[in-house]
This record gives sequence, structure tokens and C-alpha cells, in this order.
Amino acid sequence: MPAMTMIQALNSALDIKLATDPDTLVFGEDVGYFGGVFRVTEGLQKKHGLTRCFDSPISEGGIVATAIGMGAYGLRPIVEIQFADYILPAYDQLVSEAARLRYRSNGEFWCPITVRSPYGGGIFGGQTHSQSPEAIFAHVTGLKTVIPSNPYDAKGLLLASIEEDDPVIFLEPKRLYNGPFDGHHDKPLTTWAEHPMGEVPAGHYTVPLGSASIVREGREVTVLAYGTMVHVANAAIAESGIDAELIDLRSIVPLDIDTIVKSVTKTGRCIIVHEASRFGGFGGELSALIQERCFYHLRAPIERVAGWDTPYPHAFEWDYFPGPARVTKALKRCVEAVA
Amino acid sequence: MDVSARRHKTNREPLALHVPEPPARPGDPVDFSHIAIPEAGAMRCPDIAEPEPGMRDLPYGLIRVLDDEGRAVGPWDPRLDPDTLRAGLRAMLKTRLFDDRMFRAHRQGKTSFYMKSLGEEAIGAAQAIALDNGDMNFPTYRMLAWLMARDYPLIDLCNQIYSNERDPLRGRQLPILYSARDYGFYSLSGNLGSRFGHAVGWAMASAYSGDDRIAIGHVGDGTTAEGDFHEALTFAAVYKAPVILCVENNQWAISSFSGIAGAGETTFAAKAIAYGIPGLRVDGNDFLAVYAATLWAADRARANHGPTLIEFFTYRAAGHSTSDDPTRYRPADEAAHWPLGDPLDRLKTHLIALGEWSEDQHDALSAQITADIKSAVKQAESIGTLGTSKPNVREMFEDVFAEPDWRIIEQRREAGV
Repeated sequence: MPAMTMIQALNSALDIKLATDPDTLVFGEDVGYFGGVFRVTEGLQKKHGLTRCFDSPISEGGIVATAIGMGAYGLRPIVEIQFADYILPAYDQLVSEAARLRYRSNGEFWCPITVRSPYGGGIFGGQTHSQSPEAIFAHVTGLKTVIPSNPYDAKGLLLASIEEDDPVIFLEPKRLYNGPFDGHHDKPLTTWAEHPMGEVPAGHYTVPLGSASIVREGREVTVLAYGTMVHVANAAIAESGIDAELIDLRSIVPLDIDTIVKSVTKTGRCIIVHEASRFGGFGGELSALIQERCFYHLRAPIERVAGWDTPYPHAFEWDYFPGPARVTKALKRCVEAVA
Repeated sequence: MDVSARRHKTNREPLALHVPEPPARPGDPVDFSHIAIPEAGAMRCPDIAEPEPGMRDLPYGLIRVLDDEGRAVGPWDPRLDPDTLRAGLRAMLKTRLFDDRMFRAHRQGKTSFYMKSLGEEAIGAAQAIALDNGDMNFPTYRMLAWLMARDYPLIDLCNQIYSNERDPLRGRQLPILYSARDYGFYSLSGNLGSRFGHAVGWAMASAYSGDDRIAIGHVGDGTTAEGDFHEALTFAAVYKAPVILCVENNQWAISSFSGIAGAGETTFAAKAIAYGIPGLRVDGNDFLAVYAATLWAADRARANHGPTLIEFFTYRAAGHSTSDDPTRYRPADEAAHWPLGDPLDRLKTHLIALGEWSEDQHDALSAQITADIKSAVKQAESIGTLGTSKPNVREMFEDVFAEPDWRIIEQRREAGV
């Protein structure tokens, strides 16, 4: 199997769909001739033609609105929002239209669109190139939200998302585009070629939505993470010497509740790690679900390690980003807690 | 000039904030003197292949076909046969009589909400007839006439309005936010303007697929102020989408007169010029003008010449909705003085002038439609009205996704259904 970066894996997924499904097309800001500001759509226009992968006006609302209209017609558009920080102009389209079209029309119209968008921090992106908006989509009934953490999943989840008949928000951790990142910003970077999940089949395969992956089995505590935080949590587990079970959620909606409940029932302890700010973050929902379903198995309070409740700052990148040191501390607090 | 002296100059005239006000408020005499009504037949009709820069007079004029005597005049006369004219008249009459009946049903507590199309019936009726069955309309909530022209079953309208057991939208939608795919009528939503870009996307999809179908989208004058309006026009122009984008300028957005949406500065049709697409301004109470302009724009779209923006100049003769009392913000008799008259009366006069209609025939048609409506209402009420009948509560949990996820299955169980 070839080694791919996450960018190459995503490109491969789009390439396969464009080659095999004439109902798919790709558009967004700078995705056409130029191949995208992160190169995810590189070469697609040249290979598949101008009408299959093209540039759009700088109008996130317009991009999503036209994609919904195309979906209603019967196409399967895959659109890009250049940064998740800029998805908000399209929020009304996503919440009021895409998410409800099937419901309000009693299934007469639906919206099989995929909205790809780079998200997350750890890149000195400041306030508008670092945000993690997954919680604002999780609260919207009718939307699915997917977040890969490695090239293999990225390709399989993207293919599955495109083939979904429901609208999918596909958030790509841009910090992981070129290599895994465990939060140790002061250490040399590694590449996907050195990571087992950088092995990506060249052909078509899917990773189903709603299936979490157990990255590491353990007995003492369950760690729930997604995106870049999977790698941060993995490093913190190794450094702490705690026998933690690490679960990569992979999709926020639908959520693999069974895998989560099974793990926390076994370990009796849980910490949740995400980059997004804590208050109102998706960790709150996870914590509530676990409390409701695993209450009599819990031996310690559920911990949340998250971004602070501030806008994402520039100079304070590593003070804000929930790195391995903060996760390690939480792991220790959690396993040492006595009920 | 000494810059610091400029900075300290204080004897300038104070700035003043301009807030537009309509010419007449409740109690004032109606004043439509600011509205210029050009003669019917006066506007030229360019070739559909003409480039946009040659058409920049059109958005400032007013395309009219029916003159004061009910004669069809000028180059925009679509030369319709009497059967088509009668079909249009029937759709408009059906719309008006149904509106009256459902407005009463609301007052009788049989439904929670209703909105009339009074005075705007010509637009939906003419367009439903002018366009093909495969074309898709992305309507506003004031476009019942489209469904009437295409003979959408009255019983289904009633059931939707009553949210009863047979509601085609399963009790999920506010009354009149219909969805009728087989009738070329896209799902309505309460969000203003948010489907204008869907029309463009649908049209782009048709062009992308090498299809021959076109889309038509609608907003009201008030909604042109939404960002969706700008987005839709930009995308339509950039990709030369085969779409007709329409503005129903009925002068009022609930209580705000069209000046609050920018009508005092220019026409809504003229906004097309900035996007490089043709803009037509059309007498919205003139069935023939609506038909002709729509067909002209459809022909352009079908010939790959791209989109057209049409402003239909009309008047919202009724209140905004059953929740609105227009006498609180405009003269009570304003509608009666609207200089473009009543679209139904004008088409009727035309047909009578042609010798193709009579008062007796009109009364007979009116009686027949009234009977049809009465029968549909009776049938719907035997199923039930709001609060006396509703779809199975299971329907509340269906169609959130193609397949329900565990949350929905659990919650459905928790709700006991």
C-alpha cells in the first residue's frame, strides 16, 4: 500500500469519486486550477475537467446554497470552505436549509452534500485560522459531522461521507495534513510515512460513519478524543505510564455511543479531550451521555481537557492548545481520584 | 490648505440620518403620486440573444401588455390563445376564493396561521403555465397560484393547512409552507431568501448535466436586502446559470414599505445591471406581461444566454398574514387605489373584450370553484383540523436523516411511539 499524507489521501478520495460518479463535482474558493490552498484538490480539474472541479466566488453562503440546490436536483456536490473559521456565513444555509430539507418536505427533497473544511489549531493560525466549530454543528439535528485523525480514516471517511444521502460537515485537522502531531511543538516533526495509518489503499474503501476506533486498549481510564487530540492524548498516555484506553470518535454525529459506554463501563474513569473551548463544547454532551449511561460504574469525576474559553490567540498558541502536559495531568488526577 | 485648520473647522452643516418613510400612513389620504405608470405596449422587446449592456433601459421602465380597456398591445403581447387565458383566470380565481376560505378557517380556529396572495395571483398563475413541467420553481410563501394553475389537489392543501392526519408534510410544517416536487414546487421554509441560491444551484446542476430544464426563484422586495439575494445573483451571473430570478415587489415587507429595502434609490430590476445580467421590470398585475417576461427569460436561459432578474411590480392587497393588521401602518383603502388595479379583474376584462368570456361564465366558474373548495374543505374537516387530528406521532421522528440514528430511535421509544 502506498504511504500518503492526509492531503494525498483526501485527494485520492475525491479523484476516485470524480472518476466513478458523474453526479459528483467539487467546488469552492481556489479549489480549481490552483488545486486548493492546502493542495487537497490538486490536479483534479486538469484530470476531470473544468465543470467537475471549479473555483467559486468568495461567498460561503453562496457555495453552500448552490450545493443544496444541486443536491435537490440529484447531484452529490462536494464543496470546500477554505477554513472552518469561515463557515459561519453559510451557517444559515446549513442549519435552516441543508439540515431540514428532508424533514420539512417529508422526503420529497434531500441534500446529499459534503462540506469539507480545514479546522483546528496548533499552527499559529490566530483567531480565524484555528477554530474548532464542531459543537455548533452537533447541536443541529439533520447534520452529520465527521473528523478524521489520520490519512487512512480521512480517505475512507470522506468516501463514506460523499456517499451519504444526508449532509455531512467534514472537518479536516489541518495540523495533521502533512504529518501526525502530538502537541510536542518543540520536538522534530514526523511524517505520515512513519505512521501505520499513513498506509492508504489506492482504490475505493470506506470507513463507516458512526464507528469509533479504539486506538489503544487499556484498563485504567478511557480517553475520548478526535482529530489532532488523538495524537496528543496518545503521547500523554505513553508519557504518563497509565494504562488508558484511547478512543478516536471519528464522527461526532452519528456518535458511536456503544463503544464509548462499553469502554467507560470497563475502566470506570473517563477524560475527554478537544481543542474547542470548553463551555458548550462537545465534551459537555459526551460527559452528560456517559454520566447518564455509566453512572454506577464511574469511580471518578469525568474530566474535560479543552481549549480555554477565550478566542484562539496568536502569541499564546501553546498556552492555549491542550497539549500532552495538560492531558497527562488530567489522566493522573482521574486515576488517583478515590470515590 | 492647512490640514490642522481643516480638522478644527466647526461651522459645517450637521450630518443628518435619513430614514425613509412611506408617503401615507393610517388616516392620511392615499398617495401613489410617486409611482409613474408608463403606457401599456410602450416598452421595446429585445432579442433574447442581445447582450446585457444593450438592455439597460428595461429595468427602469415597466413592461405592460394590457391597456386600460383590457386590450393586449405592444411587442410583449404573448398572443395567448383563449384557452390559456381562461386557464390563467381560473387559477387566479381559485387562489383568491381558496385564500378567502382559509382565512375564515383561521378565524374559526381551525388552523394556526394563513397567508393570502391577494393581488399577486397573476405571477404564480402565469409562470406555472408559461414554464414546462420539468422546470423547478423555488417559490415564496405567496405563490399559491402556481399550485392552483397546476391543479395541485385542494384536499392536500387543506390537509396541510390543518396539519391533520393526512397532511402531506406529516404535521411538521407551518401551514402554507408547502412542498410539491411533482408540481415543480420546491419545499418552502420560513427563512427569507435562503432558497434563492438553491434555484441557482439547481439550474447549475441542470446545465452541468446537459439537461434542458431551468429553474425559477423568488423573493419579495423586503428579502432583496438579505445577503442571499446578492449571493444568488453573483453565482447566477458567474456561471450563466439557466435561472429566472424574480422579485415580487408588492410594496410592503410586513409593516415596512419598500423604501426600507432600497426602493427609493433605484428599482429592484436595476440591481441586475451591477451583476451584468438583464433586468426586466414588469407590471405584476398584468397576466400577459408576467407570462411574456417569464417566457422571454426562459427562452434566454434555455438558449444558454444565462439568468434574468425580473421585478414584478405589484401590491400586497391583504395583510401580511393572519397575524397582521395592515391598518396600523398604511391607509386602510390603499389597495383600492393601487394604480395597476386588480390582476383578476384585468384579465377578466381582457377576455370579455376578446369576446371569449362573459359575466355569466365568470359567475358560473366562480360557483363551480366555490363548490370544489367547499367539498375539499368538508372532506379535510371530516379528517380533522388543528388539534382535532394529527399524523401519527412517529412521523415526528422520521426523515431527520435518511435512516434514524440511535438518539432518534431512543427518543421515539421514550416518547412512547
